[in-house]
Amino acid sequence: MGQLLLGLINGSFYAVLSLGLAVIFGLLNIINFSHGAQYMMGAFVAWMLLNYLGIGYWPALVLAPLIVGATGIVLEKVALSRLYKLDHLYGLLLTFGIALILQGLFRNYYGISGLPYQIPASLSGGQNLGFMFLPNYRAWIVVASVVVCFATWFMIEKTRLGAYLRAATENPALVGAFGINVPRMITLTYGFGVALAAFAGVLAAPIYAVNPNMGADLIIVVFAVVVIGGMGSIMGAIVTGYGLGLIEGLTRVFYPEGSAVVIFVIMAIVLLIKPEGLFGRAA
Amino acid sequence: MAMTENETGENVSFRKEVGMPRLHKVIFLVLLCFLIALPFMVYPIFAMKVMCFALFAAAFNLLLGFGGLLSFGHAAYFGGASYVAAHAAKVWGFTPELAVLAGTLAAALLGLAIGSLAIRRQGIYFAMVTLAFAQMVYFFALQAEFTGGEDGIQSVPRGELFGLFSLQDNISLYFFVLVVTFGGILALYRIVHSPFGQVLKAIRENEPRAISLGYQVNRYKLMVFTLSATFAGLAGATKSQVFQLASLTDVHWSMSGEVVLMTLLGGMGTIFGPIVGAAVIVTMQNYLATFGAWVTIIQGVIFVLGVLLFREGIVGVISRLLKRRL
Repeated sequence: MGQLLLGLINGSFYAVLSLGLAVIFGLLNIINFSHGAQYMMGAFVAWMLLNYLGIGYWPALVLAPLIVGATGIVLEKVALSRLYKLDHLYGLLLTFGIALILQGLFRNYYGISGLPYQIPASLSGGQNLGFMFLPNYRAWIVVASVVVCFATWFMIEKTRLGAYLRAATENPALVGAFGINVPRMITLTYGFGVALAAFAGVLAAPIYAVNPNMGADLIIVVFAVVVIGGMGSIMGAIVTGYGLGLIEGLTRVFYPEGSAVVIFVIMAIVLLIKPEGLFGRAA
Repeated sequence: MAMTENETGENVSFRKEVGMPRLHKVIFLVLLCFLIALPFMVYPIFAMKVMCFALFAAAFNLLLGFGGLLSFGHAAYFGGASYVAAHAAKVWGFTPELAVLAGTLAAALLGLAIGSLAIRRQGIYFAMVTLAFAQMVYFFALQAEFTGGEDGIQSVPRGELFGLFSLQDNISLYFFVLVVTFGGILALYRIVHSPFGQVLKAIRENEPRAISLGYQVNRYKLMVFTLSATFAGLAGATKSQVFQLASLTDVHWSMSGEVVLMTLLGGMGTIFGPIVGAAVIVTMQNYLATFGAWVTIIQGVIFVLGVLLFREGIVGVISRLLKRRL
């Protein structure tokens, strides 16, 4: 049971991160390679807010995504927006470079040993459910990620703003002709996707040590998740994220050696059977 | 899909020549002379490192620059071959050329397996798939018995070439590495300029059209992927003999990123670009080694500037100025 819960928690991070990737990909058509570094930045900003300014977990949960999202907006304005006319692979290369810079900078100033971040007092402790012990903070991660995922899904699929967004994904030129500022929408979408990554980073800060490499390995797994789910649908990204987290948790119970690679094996199988991904549209 | 930006524009007319153009012959000859003299001027190990990475980048460039496929997982073949070659030399007692051959063969098989899955997706997905599989190879190297986990395979014996010539001495090893890497780069040149290479360019430029002309596009893609993995493996296997070491660094994703950087900086789709890019990056790493994390930061900055301002790469710019294909 404990492993399943761990799987669900990993799945929460996969879901929030692949959701951010899917949102960005939908409109910008680029893969945000710096997503992992921005997740790491979220955790670091939360740590800095606490240690330099004395701002605690709850405000940080809102502030850190806003701050990191703002850096994302600057990045999009200054650099990414120059690449839209070129091959999408340049966007990938650019964000890879950004990821290297961010990781290098944080490694330079904070080392790689990891910084501790306390679980907020209101969420410490846990519940004894009879069959297992459920730490409050871990339950909170699952709840928070489900809420954020649902809110994002609702915003994109059910609101007017989301309708504009989906329309711009289909045909940016036409939406622009209707008087909607598409470039600004693209900028804000990138900022939002980055903020999602930072939000996941703040959630992760108390349970994983805050360190510069925390995003690097995670993001590759998230890429595999995205390949498996396909980035065609928001819901697909969310469901695949949680599902694969659970499968990974199950593998850890039955075949621990395989837990690190199970997602990649599933990716191989999906590529063989349904190359466009479980929820993907045929390319 | 096509990353053709750095191809010199159509306003430039190229001289039609049979065989290798004279300019390329001259450059290769000058390069060879320079490389023969090099170990007497700089530390031979450093020179060998540059040559291994030049071959690695040239192999990668075959896939990206001429095949139009961006793999973000080439460390898997480079590092995988390095492990197999190190293991073969140390545990099985293979002579250096057989060890390198074994490593290269392993990389070819790995490339064939991963390539056959990866070519089912295109563009960005292709990059992610190759990256994910490379990470799988990384985890395998971390956990498997024969790779030695965090320690890697250390103190690989240098052995005797064909069982005859000792490679203990840095200079004799240097000439072995020179023959292997230079030969590899010439072979890649030949592949690019073969009919096969022409079909590759056609696919890169316009895949649906190549299909409509009756080409089995996926077979060509798999072939170029496997070839690229094979030569990357040749480079990795050779490197393991030079450093007498196979380690996790060689299979890590940052290595995949480095080879992309070398190719981008030198000029993708050019013949000499990857060599220049590899030389620049390895030299930079050598001189900045004491600055620790700054190497990563500088590499990131080069990436960003390269993508934003300098997409043609060093050789790409020279090629445009000279109006000659390089």
